[in-house]
Amino acid sequence: MIPAAFTYHRPRTVPDALALLGAHPEEARAIAGGHSLIPMMKLRLATPGHLVDLGAIAALKGIREEGGAWVLGATTTQAELIAHAGLARVLPILRETALQIADPQVRARGTVGGNVANGDPGNDMPAVMLCLDAVLEVAGRGGARTIRARAFYRGAFATALAAGEIVTAIRIPAPPAKAGAAYVKLKRKTGDYATAAAAAMLSLEGGRIARCAIALTNVAPMALLAEAAAAGLIGAVPGAAAFAAAAAAAEAIADPAADGHGPADYRRRMAGVMVRRALAAAAERAGG
Amino acid sequence: MNEIGDTRAAREEKLQGIGCRRKRIEDIRFTQGKGNYVDDLKLPGMLFGDFHRSPYAHARIRRIDTTKARALAGVVAVLTATDLKPLKLDWMPTLAGDVQAVLAGEKVLFQGQEIAFVVATDRYLAADAADLVEVEYEELPPLVDPFRSMAPDAPILREDIKDTTEGAHGKRRHPNHIFTWEVGDREATEQAFRAAEVSVKQLISYQRVHPSPLETCQAVASFDKIEGELTVWGTFQAPHVVRTVGAILSGIPEHKIHIIAPDIGGGFGNKVGVYPGYVCAIVASIVTGKPVKWVEDRIENLTATAFARDYHMTAEIAATRAGKVTGLRVHVLADHGAFDACADPSKWPAGFFNIVTGSYDFPVAHVTVDGVYTSKAPGGVAYRCSFRVTEAAYCIERAMDILAHKLRLDPAEIRMRNFIRREQFPYHSALGWEYDSGDYHTAMKKALEAVGYQALRTEQREKQEQFRRRETRELMGIGVSFFTEIVGAGPSKNCDILGIAMFDSAEIRVHPTGAIIARMGTKSQGQGHETTYAQIIASELGIPADNVMVEEGNTDTAPYGLGTYGSRSTPTAAAATAAACRKIRAKAQMIAAHLLEVHHDDVEFDIDGFRVKGMPERSKSMKEVAWAAYNAVPPGLEPGLEAVSYYDPPNMTYPFGAYLCVMDIDVDTGVAKVRRFYALDDCGTRINPMIIEGQVHGGLTEAFAIAMGQEIAYDEMGNLKGPSFMDFFLPTAVETPHWETDYTVTPSPHHPIGAKGVGESPNVGGVPAFSNAVNDAFAFLGATHIQMPHDPWRVWKAAEALGLQK
Amino acid sequence: MAKTAISLTVNGEKVEALVEPRTLLIHFLREQLSLTGAHIGCETSHCGACTVDMDGQSVKSCTVFAVQADGADLRTIEGLAAPDGTLHALQNAFREWHGLQCGFCTPGMIMRAWRLLQENPHPSEAEIRFGIAGNLCRCTGYQNIVHAISAAAATLAGASKEAAE
Repeated sequence: MIPAAFTYHRPRTVPDALALLGAHPEEARAIAGGHSLIPMMKLRLATPGHLVDLGAIAALKGIREEGGAWVLGATTTQAELIAHAGLARVLPILRETALQIADPQVRARGTVGGNVANGDPGNDMPAVMLCLDAVLEVAGRGGARTIRARAFYRGAFATALAAGEIVTAIRIPAPPAKAGAAYVKLKRKTGDYATAAAAAMLSLEGGRIARCAIALTNVAPMALLAEAAAAGLIGAVPGAAAFAAAAAAAEAIADPAADGHGPADYRRRMAGVMVRRALAAAAERAGG
Repeated sequence: MNEIGDTRAAREEKLQGIGCRRKRIEDIRFTQGKGNYVDDLKLPGMLFGDFHRSPYAHARIRRIDTTKARALAGVVAVLTATDLKPLKLDWMPTLAGDVQAVLAGEKVLFQGQEIAFVVATDRYLAADAADLVEVEYEELPPLVDPFRSMAPDAPILREDIKDTTEGAHGKRRHPNHIFTWEVGDREATEQAFRAAEVSVKQLISYQRVHPSPLETCQAVASFDKIEGELTVWGTFQAPHVVRTVGAILSGIPEHKIHIIAPDIGGGFGNKVGVYPGYVCAIVASIVTGKPVKWVEDRIENLTATAFARDYHMTAEIAATRAGKVTGLRVHVLADHGAFDACADPSKWPAGFFNIVTGSYDFPVAHVTVDGVYTSKAPGGVAYRCSFRVTEAAYCIERAMDILAHKLRLDPAEIRMRNFIRREQFPYHSALGWEYDSGDYHTAMKKALEAVGYQALRTEQREKQEQFRRRETRELMGIGVSFFTEIVGAGPSKNCDILGIAMFDSAEIRVHPTGAIIARMGTKSQGQGHETTYAQIIASELGIPADNVMVEEGNTDTAPYGLGTYGSRSTPTAAAATAAACRKIRAKAQMIAAHLLEVHHDDVEFDIDGFRVKGMPERSKSMKEVAWAAYNAVPPGLEPGLEAVSYYDPPNMTYPFGAYLCVMDIDVDTGVAKVRRFYALDDCGTRINPMIIEGQVHGGLTEAFAIAMGQEIAYDEMGNLKGPSFMDFFLPTAVETPHWETDYTVTPSPHHPIGAKGVGESPNVGGVPAFSNAVNDAFAFLGATHIQMPHDPWRVWKAAEALGLQK
Repeated sequence: MAKTAISLTVNGEKVEALVEPRTLLIHFLREQLSLTGAHIGCETSHCGACTVDMDGQSVKSCTVFAVQADGADLRTIEGLAAPDGTLHALQNAFREWHGLQCGFCTPGMIMRAWRLLQENPHPSEAEIRFGIAGNLCRCTGYQNIVHAISAAAATLAGASKEAAE
């Protein structure tokens, strides 16, 4: 469990980081909290020749409100996110999710940007970002661009990031009025990836569901937006029957692998159970 | 002799003796980060060793090329089987009478098997070089399923012994067969089953698990060429055995081998055996002339270092319709992996599995165990267990529930009807053991009352009705477990390791100031021996425990002993401690009488000294006697105050207990939550209740992990699935339930202080309690047996099989 | 491999050293600084035996490179007692409540508890359990560890109240 040798870089600015990544296109890897990458390096499943540490870049840090949206700097740690009172008031689902990631020490180092960007289907934040329709701000040597989270994930560890690009921030729109959201995760123990997990957000108008989004964690090669499941709920009265139908629709798009969490059919059913529970919690929080 | 005005109670309290919640001496260094563990050791010029291991479960080695590894700067040596062969160290004997490859030369027999040992100037370079070793393989079909081991077309694993029909424990029926072990009366048992009014039969599997102490196995070997002496610091639960085996293997005289077990970061049976890493570190030190450190990483530990259990037990009970048991028959298929490296007393290939009659009065019983080879890591160690006792307890405690279910009897009730009664002790079991003492009915009644058992059953029935009415998706399970352990291996009439009787020892010296140095042949791995042995000495000799230094683990200074595992330290070394103290006390009495100018029959020991019978004001404290032992002994008596005891226990001890577990199961997810766990332990005399409770908490937590998720599982190619703490289930503080402890005290009649040992009881009794709770939750729907581990998906699947997941 | 110069504060003392970039912080502490209190238990950032305090946070030093600690302020179990040797309330409480057995997880566990009590000086039992969920113990079943942390919190609260009066 000893990593292979590498050259270490600690740039202070985004352009410097991009230059370093560009200078070693095959060999360089960006590192933020390192709690995905360093274990992979210790197993020698990752052997980057150059490690570009984003930890000293001030521009990547911080949580701020901007034009009605919340902007999370990519290297904001899960611990910083959890501690942010303003964010917890407006978007409590982020705090709820972060608290279900790993453990205190890992949350102290692990970053939101890393969790969103590295494309691990076991990561929890991607489903939440899909659910909240977040926009990722991306920088590359060719300039900056934005990518909707809903267009970002392509497969296991495959994303819309081009070579040499990094995520610099995540922009999350403020939730609609009378909305509630929840992230419900089934795991075997602290520090585990989800057997299945679901993020759900819905808003109510006149006792009926006006808007809804649902996303799933770790039941496919990438986080999934359960569009049909959510669409079926529009106009419905929140309750067990409606949520069961949504759960069934979510199960239909889940494509989990059999692993230590259980066989595929079990994990698919758990995706449904998590969706039901997330919807019930979201509806309750929405005032339904 | 004591402070004027001190009451007897105050004098006793000062001693911090038996029965007191003495704070641990060890903790002073551990809480300051000043423990001395193997990997903390640094020696000048020390090199580091690392293994290149097999990625395959079964393959022929075509070629090993170490050129690139040797060429790396900083690499000092690379060992392969070819290098070990001239030293006759390419294979080593196991404790179970088999041999194990130290480094694989011709074939690899499990994933992670050691092939080359790379030695470099630091651990980073050693890891780099291990990656550079190139091995060419010819893949062979793996044998993963033990039930296929003896099939006619099964791949032959052990070519080295394929034509040997006589194994270490009798006839072998197949090249993949290791032994058949049989005990009990076959004929009488068959008769009991023929005559039975009812019988039950069930395959009960206890999955492969792993002890996983937080500190992995590690060693530093240092060979002094000039003196021809070898010193090894290592994670050894049994340092003396390592020294003796080392002498036999290496040809180095035993007195020129120094084995030192410093602080050990948990053992749980994982650190009893001898592993290739130790041997390679030693050879590498001899070859390079430098100290060599080997530290396995966690993946290596889970992959290649001894596993536990992997017993597939087919249990049958014959009984009357009234629920009185009349016979027990068990066949075990034991998966031993690629080598038989079980850590059992030598003549016991299935350990003490014949304790499987448990706490019940079976008139007849018969057990057969077949050990087989598979393409998996070797092991079969006693993971917080006295040699297959956990397997046996799980088997009988599950089987009794299955019988209760068939007879529609309450699990507690069927146990009460079949317990060995108090007046039957010493009790001779149908499978050959003599249980020393017990009072099972009293313990069980106390436990049932403590948890309000009847009210819980009422609540459960209500919950079941709600479930049937679809008002809830939660079920409640109540797990009952009543275990009898057999620990303290052991009497020389039963037990030896490689021919060495399993006694243990204590060497105690009282110095002139009343300070005591005591050394034992056991080795603590967290059990707190430095604290508890001193308490025994304090009570026996009347010297405060704080004046006693206890030392273990250095074979140069400690008396010969067989080490710590199988809950044996209290039954053996603690008995030796008391025995040595009594020798000292007898001599001290002579000295005291001399000082008091009376006949030694006229003085008596009293708490912390001696007094003249009938004249308590005429007394000498033990401290005064100690001083006199070095300058004023009576004529004819040698000076000094010291004794050694090598204690060969007359019998095993039989701790027992009643455990009750209340569980709530979310049928939708299969998640089982422990609502309440009550553990009543009877370990005889209680030396330090604080430590006993701590042992019970820890053992229950391990039992919880085993029952609810731990598994060393392989895929069909023999690849270990999930070999890290990411997947291997070790609960954190969040998952771990709250534990309630309780006790009764039934002293052992043959132990000098009546103590029986406790370390392993909670693991032995805990696993069936959890498993019975899960099974109990579904029993009303017709489930008879749900296999462990009870992780959520398996519980969910069990519910699905009952039609509950539509 | 070329070495990199780093400069950091460890237990209040300035340290300057040369490290290979791939050197893990735990190995730097244990082997270069001979601070062997923190241990290695799992290497995959699950067990927490390697926990030390870095810039006001608990971190798993097996999953941080020493070069990343350049400029950092570190505290390890060796730096927890007062300079005069007086033990910290947590160190006393772990002994008093039998919160350790083999001692291997203890340095990491205590350092995590130390930070936890600064994050939350009056934690409930559930908060303590959640707060130490990144530290595995194989011996104690956690119950006495939870007691110990709770007791230390009470001691520290009493001490700070006294100081205020």
